[in-house]
Amino acid sequence: MEPLTWGEIALRVISQFTPVWIALIATFYLSIRFKRKLGLYGKLFDSTIGMIGFAIVMFWFFTAVFSGFFDMIATHDPLGQISGMKNKVPGTALRSPDEGEYAYYLFGGDNLARDVFSRMVLGSGIVMMIAPLATVFAFMVGITLGLPAGFYGGRLDTLLSFLANLILAFPVILLFYLLVTPEIVASGIPNYMAAFLFIFPLIFAGVLLNSRYRIQPAKNVPLLAGVLGVLGLLYLSTISAEGTPINFWPTSLDLYDIPSGILVVFVSVVFVNSPTVFRIVRGLAMDIKTRDYVAAAQTRGEGPWYIMLWEILPNARGPLIVDFCLRIGYTTILLGTLGFFGLGLPPESPDWGSTINDGRKLLSIYPHPALPPALALLSLVLGLNLLADGLREESLRD
Amino acid sequence: MGLFILRRLGVMILTALCLTFIVFYLTNLYPNLEKLAKTQGNFRMSDEAVQSWLGARGYMEPLPVKYGEWLGVLPGYVNEADDGKITGRCIAVNMAPEDAPTFCGVIQGYWGNSTVFKDSVWNIVSKRLGLTGWLMLAVMMVMVPGALILGVLAGMREGSKLDRTLSTVSIASTATPEYVSGVIFIALFASSAVGLKWFKGTATSAMDDITWVNFTLPVITIALYGMGYIARMTRASMTEVMTAQYIRTARLKGVSFPNIVLKHALRNALIAPFTVIMLQIPWLLNGVVIVETLFNYKGFGWTLVQAASNNDIELLLGVSVVSVFVVLLTQLISDIGYVYLNPRIRIS
Repeated sequence: MEPLTWGEIALRVISQFTPVWIALIATFYLSIRFKRKLGLYGKLFDSTIGMIGFAIVMFWFFTAVFSGFFDMIATHDPLGQISGMKNKVPGTALRSPDEGEYAYYLFGGDNLARDVFSRMVLGSGIVMMIAPLATVFAFMVGITLGLPAGFYGGRLDTLLSFLANLILAFPVILLFYLLVTPEIVASGIPNYMAAFLFIFPLIFAGVLLNSRYRIQPAKNVPLLAGVLGVLGLLYLSTISAEGTPINFWPTSLDLYDIPSGILVVFVSVVFVNSPTVFRIVRGLAMDIKTRDYVAAAQTRGEGPWYIMLWEILPNARGPLIVDFCLRIGYTTILLGTLGFFGLGLPPESPDWGSTINDGRKLLSIYPHPALPPALALLSLVLGLNLLADGLREESLRD
Repeated sequence: MGLFILRRLGVMILTALCLTFIVFYLTNLYPNLEKLAKTQGNFRMSDEAVQSWLGARGYMEPLPVKYGEWLGVLPGYVNEADDGKITGRCIAVNMAPEDAPTFCGVIQGYWGNSTVFKDSVWNIVSKRLGLTGWLMLAVMMVMVPGALILGVLAGMREGSKLDRTLSTVSIASTATPEYVSGVIFIALFASSAVGLKWFKGTATSAMDDITWVNFTLPVITIALYGMGYIARMTRASMTEVMTAQYIRTARLKGVSFPNIVLKHALRNALIAPFTVIMLQIPWLLNGVVIVETLFNYKGFGWTLVQAASNNDIELLLGVSVVSVFVVLLTQLISDIGYVYLNPRIRIS
C-alpha cells in the first residue's frame, strides 16, 4: 500500500480522536449553558485564555480516559513490535496487516518498531494519573504543615522552614538520582517515605472534621470513624506491598498493590513539591491571621485548628487553586525529567519522558519518534498554565 | 546588616552540613557500596571478598566516623594489610605512611578521588565548572536582557494587545521544559530529516572551541525556559510601578511616554526581577544538567549525572557541595541585593 500524505495523516488522526471531540463539545456546551450557576468554574468561561487552557487540559484528560479505560483512540498495542516498521516515517503502511488491524503507523515507528502514535496516546494516561494525584498529596502535606507554621510562628515555624529550605536547596536531579536508583529502592527508603507522606491526608481529614464537629459528638464520632476507616484502609493497602520492607497487612484486606516503579516516582515527586506548597501556605496563613474575621472567631472561642482550617484555608483558596494548576504542570515536567534520565518507570513504559529519552538517541536522523511526545507534553503544560492564568484573572475580578 | 549576613552564613553552613550528610548517608547504604565494590573490583566477588574490599578502603567504618573523616575533623583511616603494606585515606600512592598527615578532609582542602574518572575530585570539579561557566555566561547574556525587554514592553501598557501577545509568549516559554525545546530545536535545525542543518545537534566540540554553530542551540534551550518566568515577574512589577502616583504626576507634567518608562519607571520596576534572576540560577542548574546530557557537553551537569549513575561517592559529594553552595550563595546575594537596591528598606 502507498504511504499516506501529510493531509491524510492529519485527517485520520482527527477522526481517531472522535470520542474526545464529542466529549469536549458536550463539556463546553453544558458548562457555557449553566456557567452562571457554577461559581469560579463557570467564570472561567468568561476568559478566552482560560477556555483555551481548559480545552487543552480536558483534551488530554479525555484522551487518557478513553484510551486507558475503553481501549479507544490508540491504533496499536503500545508495546507491540511489528516487523519492518523500525524507524519508518509517519504514515507508513503495515507490510501485511492482519484482519481488523489498523493498516498504518500514523506517526511512524520508533527504533523498536512500535507505533509512535499509540505510545503517545497511552502515555497521557500515565501522566494524567500521577501528576494530579501527586499534586494533591503535595498540597495535603504542604497545607497540614504550612498552616500551623504560619499561624503559630516561633520555634515550630523556624524548624519547619529550615527543613523546607533544606529540601529546596537540593538540586532536583541529584535528589532523583539518589532516591530512584535500584539500590536505594531495594533498601526500602522510598517505602518509608511513602508511609510518612501518605499519612498526611489522614491527618488533614481527621483534624478538618474533628475541629468542626467536636462539640456535636453524635455526628462527630460516626463521621470520623467512617472517613478515617476508609482512608486508613486505602493507606494501609498503598504502603504495604509484597516484596518490600513494609509488608505486614494481610493480603485479604490489601485492596491493591502499586507497582514499585510508580510508587517511587510518585513519592519523589511529592517530596520535591511539598516544600514549595508549604512556603506558599505559610505565607498566606501569616497574612490572613491578622484579619478581623480571625479575631472574631478567636473571640467566639473557636480552637486554633478550627480557625486554621475553616477560617484561614477557605479564604486562601484563590491563590491555592491557581498554584494547584501551575503545580500539576510543573509535576508533569518533573515526571518528564525523570523519564528523560531513565529513572523510575520501566524503560518500555509509554510515558512521555521515557519516550523522549528513547527517541533522542537517533534525533538527528529520525526526529519523528521523539517529537509527538515532546509536543504532547508541551501542550498539556501550556494548557495548565493558560488555565491557571485564566483562573487568576477571574478570581481577582471579584 | 553585618549581623544579618553573619546569621545567614551560619544557617548556610548548617544547611550544607545537613545536605552533605544526607548525600553521604544515601551513597553509603550497603547495597550502593556492594555495587561500588563489584564495579571497581570484580563482578564475581563473593560476599566475604566484598566485605574485605570495602574494609580495606575504610568503607566499613560507622557512618559518623566516615563523615568526620571526609570533613577532616576525625583522623583518616589507616589499614594494615596481611603483607604489612599500610594504606590509608591520607596516604597517597607514593608516600611513606609516616609522612602522611593525620587529618585529610574538605577542611584541609582534600576532596578525595573519583572512582570513575580516576582523578582527584578537585581537578574534575574545577575543570567541569569552568566549562559550565561559559555556558551559564552565554545563557545569562541571552536570557536576562531578553526577559527584561519582554517584561517591560508587556508591563508598560497593561491589557493592551502587545501585553496580551507577550504574556502568552512568556507563558508558552515557561511551559517548555529543556528536554522538549531541545528536542524540537535539534529536530528542526540540526536533523537531516528537515534538512536545515544550520546548527549542530551536539556541543561536544564546544568544549575546546566555542562557535556559533555548536553553542547556539544549548544556550537558547536553557535560556528559553527561564526567560518566561523572569519576564512575567518583570511585567508584574512594571504594571505595579506604572500605576504609582509619581508616574501619574510625571504624565500630568507632560513628560513623554518613552521618558516615563526609561527614566521614572524602569529603575523601580527592576528591583523585584533582580531577586528573581538570582533565585533563578539554582533552577538553571537543573536545565544545565538536562541540556549537557542532551547535547553531550561534558560540563558540571554531565559530571553530576555520571557521578550519580555510577555511585561515585566522593565525586558526588564534591558536586553536591558545589551546587548547594551555589544555591545558598545566590539566596544570600539576592537578599542583600534586595535590601541594597530598595531604599525603603535600606534607610529604615
